[in-house]
Amino acid sequence: MDLEKFRTETRAWLQANCPAEMREPVRSDADYCWGGRRAVFSSPAQQQWLQRMAERGWTVPDWPTAYGGGGLSAAETKVLREEIAALGARQPLKSFGISMLGPALLKYGTEAQKREHLPRIARGEIRWCQGYSEPGAGSDLAALSTRAEDRGDHFLVNGQKVWTSYADKADWIFCLVRTDPKEKHKGISFLLFDMESNGISTRPIQLISGQSPFCETFFDDVKVPKENLVGELNRGWEVAKYLLGHEREMISGFGLGDGQSSIGKAARQAAETAPDERLDDPLLRAQMAVFDVRAAAFRAMTERFIDELKAGRAHPAQPSMMKYYGTELNKIRHTLLMSAGGSDALEWDSTRSGGGAAARAWLRSKANSIEGGTSEIQLNIIAKHILGLPTA
Amino acid sequence: MPLYLDDDQIIMRDSARSFMADQASVAHLRSLRDAADPTGFSTDLWKRFVEMGFSGILIPEADGGMGLGHVEAGIVLEEIGRNLTPSPFLSTGVGVVTALGSATPMLRERWYPAILTGRAIGTLAIDEGTKHHPERIALKAERSGKGFRLSGEKRFVQHGHVADVVIVSARTGGDVDERSGVTLFAVDGNAAGLTATPQRLLDASLASRLTLEGVEVEADAVIGEVDGGWDTLSGILDACRAAAAAELVGVADAAMAITLAYIRERRQFGVPVGSFQALQHRAAHLYSEIEVARAAVLKAQQRLDAKAPGAGRDVLVAKAMAGLAASLAAREGVQMHGGVGMTDDYDIGLYMKRGRVLEELFGDTNRLADRLAQLNGY
Ligand SMILES: Cc1cc2nc3c(=O)[nH]c(=O)nc-3n(C[C@H](O)[C@H](O)[C@H](O)COP(=O)(O)OP(=O)(O)OC[C@H]3O[C@@H](n4cnc5c(N)ncnc54)[C@H](O)[C@@H]3O)c2cc1C
Repeated sequence: MDLEKFRTETRAWLQANCPAEMREPVRSDADYCWGGRRAVFSSPAQQQWLQRMAERGWTVPDWPTAYGGGGLSAAETKVLREEIAALGARQPLKSFGISMLGPALLKYGTEAQKREHLPRIARGEIRWCQGYSEPGAGSDLAALSTRAEDRGDHFLVNGQKVWTSYADKADWIFCLVRTDPKEKHKGISFLLFDMESNGISTRPIQLISGQSPFCETFFDDVKVPKENLVGELNRGWEVAKYLLGHEREMISGFGLGDGQSSIGKAARQAAETAPDERLDDPLLRAQMAVFDVRAAAFRAMTERFIDELKAGRAHPAQPSMMKYYGTELNKIRHTLLMSAGGSDALEWDSTRSGGGAAARAWLRSKANSIEGGTSEIQLNIIAKHILGLPTA
Repeated sequence: MPLYLDDDQIIMRDSARSFMADQASVAHLRSLRDAADPTGFSTDLWKRFVEMGFSGILIPEADGGMGLGHVEAGIVLEEIGRNLTPSPFLSTGVGVVTALGSATPMLRERWYPAILTGRAIGTLAIDEGTKHHPERIALKAERSGKGFRLSGEKRFVQHGHVADVVIVSARTGGDVDERSGVTLFAVDGNAAGLTATPQRLLDASLASRLTLEGVEVEADAVIGEVDGGWDTLSGILDACRAAAAAELVGVADAAMAITLAYIRERRQFGVPVGSFQALQHRAAHLYSEIEVARAAVLKAQQRLDAKAPGAGRDVLVAKAMAGLAASLAAREGVQMHGGVGMTDDYDIGLYMKRGRVLEELFGDTNRLADRLAQLNGY
C-alpha cells in the first residue's frame, strides 16, 4: 500500500479511536496497562484503547495477523509509531510478552506454541514474567542452577529465581533452567509455565524507591509439560540471548524519556514553585542544555537502530550499545530533574510532591543500568563483539 | 598549621567514632524510620550525645562550652554521616550556636545553657523557594511596638516542628534579592502565629514548612544588626556548609567502605567481582575523589577556625566538592552492588538518599560553584 495513504488513514483512525484521556502524558506506573488474567484498568478509556488497538493487531503491529498481529511491513510499522507519537497517544499495552517473549517465540517457537501464546500476548490476556536471574547467577547468568529433570512426559523444576519483576502479578513465566549439570551454556533450556502451577511461590522484595515490583520466586517440584520447551533441549542459551537482545532494545527506550522534546519542560513541571526559579541556575541550565543535545541525538540513534534492525542490518550486539546509552541517559535525566525540583522534590509522601514521584522515579532509574544486564556487562560486550578487542 | 588532624583531634575522632558506631548505627536509623517516628531523631540518643559534650563543641568556654572549632564539629559530623544518624546536631550545635555568637548576652544566656544541657534544640529558617537562595527573602519583619512582627513562609527547615528556637532571616528593608535590608531573629519555637508543617523526606528525616503569621518578637530577638544581617547570615551559612560538607564526607566514606566490602565478597564468573579491572579503576577513582574532598573540607574548617579572610570561598569549595564525592560514592555504590543495591534490605540506598538531602541543604554543588565563579570574577 502507498505509504502516504497509509499514513493518512492511520492518522484518521487514531484520531477517531484514541480516547482523549489516553493522549495525556503518563504520570505514574498506574497509567500503564499491563493486561493479564487479573488485569487492572485505571479507567474505562484505558480498557477501550487496548481493545481497539488489539482488534486491529496494533498492539504488535509487525507480528503476522495469524498470531494476533497487524501484519504491517517495517515501513508501515514505523509510520504507525510516528503517528502514535505525533498524537501523544499512550502505549496501549506494556508487556514482557510483547517486548521479550514474543520475538523469541516467533523465531524459536513451534507452530503450536505460537498459536497458543502469541494471540494472548497481543490481546493482553496473559501477563508474563522473566525467570532468568538467580542469587548466584546475575551477570554470570549462565551459572544458573534451577534444575529441570526429565520425568518422561514432563520436567520437574526445583530451584529459585530472584528479581523476578511482577512475578506476583504475572500469569506465566518464561524461565531458564538447567537440564545438564555437567555443561554450562550448553546445559540450559528455555521453559514456559503457568504461575498457577503447584509448587510456585513468590515473595516481594522492597526497592529503595519504596515500591515492591519484583520478587524472589521459588519452585518446589513444579511439573512442566514437555511441549512447553522452547527450542531444543540444552540449547536454551541461544533463545535466552536472542530474547535479551529484545529486552535491551526495550530498556534502551527509557532513554527517550516521557516523549517530551525538551527536559526544560519537564523540569518546569517538576515542582510547584514559580517555574523560572528553577532554571535560573546557570550551571543546571547548561547541564540540561547538553542533556537535550544527547537526548535528541539518541532519538535519532533509536530511529536508525530500529530501521537497521528491521532491515537485518544492525550488528547483533548493537542492542547492548543502545541499552547502555539509553539507560545512562535516563539516569542523568532523573538526576537533573531532581536538581530542578530542589527541596520540594525531596519530599517522600506529600500530596504536593505527588507522593514523592520525582524522588522515587530518580531512585528507580538507578536500576536501569543494572536490569537486563548491567552497564559493565554491556560495555564488555561492545568491547569484545563490536570493537573486537582482545581478551586477557 | 598542618592539614591533618592533631593528636587531640584524633582522640576526639576515635571517641566520636566508637560512640556513634555503638549507639547510632544504620540500624538505629532504620528503626526510627520504620516506626515513622514523629520527632525525627531519638531524644534518648541526643541526651547521651549531649553528655559527651558534643552539643557544646562550638560554644565558647566562657559560656560553658568546649570552645572548640569547626574541625572538631566536623569530626563529629563525619561520624554522623558515616552512620546516617538522625541528629539535630548540625542545625543546633552548628547553626544556632554560630548564630547566637552574634546575639545579645541575654539571648545567649537563654539558649546556650539549654543547648548545653540538651533541654533545647534549634534550627535555621532560611530558604523560601525550592532552591537555596539565601538573599531571596520575602518574609517581612515590621516594627511593632518595641519589637518586630514577622510574616511570611520558610521551607526545608530541618527539625522545624520540634525546634525550641528558630533563627529566621527576614526582610526589614530593600528588595527580595538584595543583601541589604536583611535582619536575623531568634524566634521561639512555640511563638504565637508560628506553624510548622513537617514533611517526611526521602532519607526519612523531617523538614518543615514554616508559616509566620504576625509573629511578635522583642527588639532583643535581633541577631546582629537590623538591616545589616547579611554578613552574620553569611557567617552562619559558612559554618553550616562546612558542617554539611563534613557529614557528606562521612556519607561518601561509608558508602565506599560498604561497597568495597561487597565487591570483595560477591562472586560471579568464578571470581570476586572486585577483581574486575572495570570496577577496580572506578573504585580507585572514587577513593581519589573522596580524598580530595576530605582535604578541601579540612582546609575550610581550619580557615574558618582561624577566622581567615576569604574562608567563605574555601567553604564553597568544600561543600561543592563533598557533594560531588558523595553523589559519586552513592551512584557507584548502588551500581557495583548490582540488583541488591536497589533493595531496601541493603544499606547503600540509604546513603544515596541521605547524600541527596545533604546535597540540597545550604546550596547544591551547582549553586555553590556558580557563587565561586562570581567571587572569582566571572
Ligand atoms: C529493577 C530490576 C528488575 C529486574 N527484573 C528482572 C526480571 O524480571 N527477571 C530477571 O531474571 N532478572 C531481573 N533483574 C535482575 C538483573 O538482570 C540482574 O540484577 C543483573 O543482571 C545483575 O546481576 P546481579 O544483580 O547479580 O549483579 P552482579 O552480577 O553480582 O554484579 C555486581 C557488580 O559487578 C559487576 N560485574 C559483574 N561481572 C562483571 C564483569 N565481568 N566485568 C565488570 N563488572 C562486572 C556488575 O556490573 C555490577 O556492578 C532485575 C534487576 C533489577 C535491578
